[in-house]
Amino acid sequence: MSGAEVVIVGGGVTGLSAGWWLARSGVKVTVLDKGIVGWEASGRNGGGASHYQSPLFDEEHRMWPQMDDLLGYPTEHQKDRILIAMTERQWEQYRFVAERHKRLGHPVDVLDVKQVQDAVPLAGDNCFGGVHYRFGGHANPQRTVQAYAWALQDLGGTIVQHNAVTGFETAGGKVTAVRTAAGDYGCDTVVVAPGPQTAALMAQLGIAVPLANARAEMIITEPAPMMPIGGVDGHKLYGRQTMRGSLAYGGGPHEWIDVDATGPAARPSTPLMRNLASRLAELLPKAAHLNVIRSWAGVIENSPDGRPIIDRLTSPDNVVVASMSGVGFGLSPASGHAIRDLVLDGACSFADIGILGLARFADLEADWRERRGWMPIA
Amino acid sequence: MELNFTGTDLCAIAGTRSPPEARYDLVVIGAGRSGTAAAIAAAKTGSSVLLVDENPVSGPLMGNDVPLYFGGRMTAATQNSERMLEAIFMSAPALEQAMEAGVEVLLGTSAWGVYRNGPGVSSLPEQVVGLADRTRSWLVGFDRIVLATGARDLALAFPGWNQPGVMGAAALRMLLTRYDAFAGRRLVVLGSHDLALQTALVATEHGLEVAALVEVRDAPQGSADLLAQVAAAGIAIRCGQSIASASGGIEGVEAATLTSGEVIDCDTICVAVGLVPSIELVDAMHGPRALNPARGGYIPSGEETVSAVGSCAGLADTGFDHICYRMDWMRALSATSAPDTIICQCEEVTRADLLGVQPPNYLARPAAMGARSLETLLGDGPANPDQIKRLTRAGMGVCQGRRCRDQVAMLLAIEADVPFGTIPLATHRAPVRPIPLRIMADWHESEAMTAAWDVWFGIPTQWVPVQDIGTPHEDEHRQMLYTGMYE
Repeated sequence: MSGAEVVIVGGGVTGLSAGWWLARSGVKVTVLDKGIVGWEASGRNGGGASHYQSPLFDEEHRMWPQMDDLLGYPTEHQKDRILIAMTERQWEQYRFVAERHKRLGHPVDVLDVKQVQDAVPLAGDNCFGGVHYRFGGHANPQRTVQAYAWALQDLGGTIVQHNAVTGFETAGGKVTAVRTAAGDYGCDTVVVAPGPQTAALMAQLGIAVPLANARAEMIITEPAPMMPIGGVDGHKLYGRQTMRGSLAYGGGPHEWIDVDATGPAARPSTPLMRNLASRLAELLPKAAHLNVIRSWAGVIENSPDGRPIIDRLTSPDNVVVASMSGVGFGLSPASGHAIRDLVLDGACSFADIGILGLARFADLEADWRERRGWMPIA
Repeated sequence: MELNFTGTDLCAIAGTRSPPEARYDLVVIGAGRSGTAAAIAAAKTGSSVLLVDENPVSGPLMGNDVPLYFGGRMTAATQNSERMLEAIFMSAPALEQAMEAGVEVLLGTSAWGVYRNGPGVSSLPEQVVGLADRTRSWLVGFDRIVLATGARDLALAFPGWNQPGVMGAAALRMLLTRYDAFAGRRLVVLGSHDLALQTALVATEHGLEVAALVEVRDAPQGSADLLAQVAAAGIAIRCGQSIASASGGIEGVEAATLTSGEVIDCDTICVAVGLVPSIELVDAMHGPRALNPARGGYIPSGEETVSAVGSCAGLADTGFDHICYRMDWMRALSATSAPDTIICQCEEVTRADLLGVQPPNYLARPAAMGARSLETLLGDGPANPDQIKRLTRAGMGVCQGRRCRDQVAMLLAIEADVPFGTIPLATHRAPVRPIPLRIMADWHESEAMTAAWDVWFGIPTQWVPVQDIGTPHEDEHRQMLYTGMYE
């Protein structure tokens, strides 16, 4: 039987970051993935890294500027974000957000139209103003995922691609091995972080993890001249100008879908692209002539309160589960650290992550998905 | 905070999509011979039929080698859309017959996506095709769709190929026979199979000079009949040779240098090594397709609702192995050109960087990065062009990979020493034509779409700062930012 001290189920950004953090601590790690690293939402997302709401925020903010050096590979991380208001209502909302950040001690500037255009030259006169987050930022999803994977290998870790996990061997209240198509992988501890497959795989351990999967879409344009600030949100869009100059944007209604233990069957995009295009042309009117050259979709698992789940089980007691509820990419430098701490020390060393525990769902109704309308279209 | 769930997620997509602007029994994409014939046949049985064709293509798109490899050799006349519309219409008499038969014909209109419910999507009210002209995009419903999108040029990289005057055979034929807008005079044609021979003959018929054909194999490849016609036209074929480089100036190509050292003056180098069936729409809609080396590449497997005709369905099967032939060219060009030869023109990715899986030039390459390569990546699993393109950016540019996707797949097969057919087809994604934001935009979206639009999932607890949970700020937050799925 193959094996490692820690076997990680899922080579997404969360599992790979956890593997990298563990490998940095000298732990022998094996990461298993059904396909290629980062091939679900980890490698196809908005690239945002400004999750002020999370108990992991301070660590996210501390780690990102160091990641290129620590990993040894480029992530395309860029600092700061700007939120541009395109309606009276958005302007009211964004100023509320700015006040909240000031109260919480996060540095922000409220910008007038001219200041918005100085920082975001593709913006027009049609905006009400903006809010400059002097924290957080963005990075390139697939490049970052690959950077974690390579850095992990450089530290002696192993990545096994194209090898789907099918279940677990348990004995004496512990998971003793992870079962795959290509044989079992023995382990002292297992980290379960397979994104949209999390609920179905955890069910095999008899653990109910309340998650619902949905599909969301993005578009990307040909390159535009580089702007001083590329992390531009607003008008109910999220996205960024990549370091190549392209505008990658998403937002809008999602579609709830069912996903089994083998993962999403497909990730089709739809004509929602046209609605993304109209909003982006309004948000950045000087980019309206740019060609849309691709669209794509990703499948995201969400917990009932939309907050991540990072927890170490009590039984079996050598399992750490992590599901990031749509904010996994940006928080990855911090989530990996937290998972490393749970694996090695049983508790997170740098933040109180109690709110991310499974215990909060103890009283969750059995029909929580129906109550929220988080159901696939019949 | 207290949340009362209503059983409905107001930020979900169900019920938000607009119906298509129009519906037809049959939509035909591509008004070449096969597409027009299919449209006329259906109209004669009483079906409502829409026939769209992207020609005349706008000048900026032609400049990006979309949809064919025009290589910058179109005349300024192509900038005049009215004149081109007339030229395209006049060059295809069958279009008039189609209109007389009751087919609705839209020229200058591209199809950028076909959508229907299937794995991962159930929210489409009906199957639709996305169309766009120079002013707007719209959706059209259909019962059946026939793809008659033809075949595009296989481009090949060699030193100097990234300048005006290096172009493809399908683009040359299009400029000569449909647009009457080809700017070159003296050509070198790469290849000697039927495509190259036909290209040389069409060129001479249009009064152009064909300086030579160049064949990488030791003997001419095409049919005896075509070879006799080419010989009768006095056109020489240089066998057992490849192109070493194209040299030129501000206007583009001025000469081709062969691997023998021979220098041939020319203003155009026409790559006529192969055509690739244009299956972008099929692949982007996750339609079935399979590799068929005798028919030019991946071709649609065919189904009742979405069918393909003409060269989109595959080149005529003459028993010739097109893939094997292309691979011979690719191997020869790789062997004789420097590693810094550009493979992806849009993103300026060299062969060395492609096979080294190195990031683009605007990123630093730390020592660890330099130690990575396709070889180390193969240790993790089989070569996958979609992974390579995200790392190197080869194929990510505005030409949407038309110029390099086939070459990237061939180079990966050669470097990994595996059969071409084991390299997955790099995915095509809608829009399968580059379309400006302002034209793609749905400027008349449904009220339901507007109402459902949230930046993310509309979960009111998701963005409440952890410090605010359980304080009065939590409720303020919900009232200011969310109206979504909760009462």
